Amino acid sequence: MKVSLTRRYRFAASHRLYSPKLSEAENRRVYGKCCNPHGHGHNYVVEVTLTGPVDPATGMIANLGELDPFVEREVIDAFDHKNLNEEVAEFQDRVPTTENLLREIYRRLEKFPAARLERVRIEETSNNSFELLTGED
Amino acid sequence: MIRVTRKCEFSAAHFYHNPSLSAEENRRIFGKCNNPHGHGHNYVLEVTIAGEPDPATGMVVDLKEIKDLLQREVVDRMDHRHLNYEVPELAGQIPTCENIAAVIWSLLVPKITRGKLDRVRVYESPDLFADCTADGDASKGSRA
Repeated sequence: MKVSLTRRYRFAASHRLYSPKLSEAENRRVYGKCCNPHGHGHNYVVEVTLTGPVDPATGMIANLGELDPFVEREVIDAFDHKNLNEEVAEFQDRVPTTENLLREIYRRLEKFPAARLERVRIEETSNNSFELLTGED
Repeated sequence: MIRVTRKCEFSAAHFYHNPSLSAEENRRIFGKCNNPHGHGHNYVLEVTIAGEPDPATGMVVDLKEIKDLLQREVVDRMDHRHLNYEVPELAGQIPTCENIAAVIWSLLVPKITRGKLDRVRVYESPDLFADCTADGDASKGSRA
């Protein structure tokens, strides 16, 4: 059998979907209200799934005492209550769609040393979610 | 193939302590979960069975049977119990949601006769859960 551990985290951020490669009219057509110039925000949920052997000494795949501060530092501190377009370097020249945000968060979480990252899933709203599985990107 | 999931809940107490570690190491590794007086959770269990619907019944599995099975094998064993002291299947293991999921998987696997046990998910809280699945890696099966 295989065991995995999933932990959910939250952050709130604003963004605007706008591509400088497209005309104003195309931006409006493609991104609709997500393109409104002053931006808007979401309560994002990040679901992090780790796999690996369960350490018999601790009963754990990963210690939340290590995972929580890591995610806090790498993801929450970087994005929470920020404007993704203005305040996150990676989105200076990339549209902060949740697809792109997902790849960026995956890249940051991949560095967690104590277990293997299996999946990252982001809920942008309760109706929209985006998922990236290790080995499928 | 269709996957059918049945959910149930149980409430139980636990704490994390490894007797082969020092008191200080236990506190460092397990933090507040090491409090010897224990604490508790409302666990949510989701059990997923995969298979083809029986043409005669239209069902992969009779969910009433699964409901009764979960009551017998899991709820009667774990509900309103202290997982460190009262569940023999967890004896000698730290009762993390990883280990609880693995124990429940082992309890259910031999009892599922229609369809195939696909996933056991144990939520310790809405923000933390462990999944146990069959992945063909038999080397990991001995842990439970």
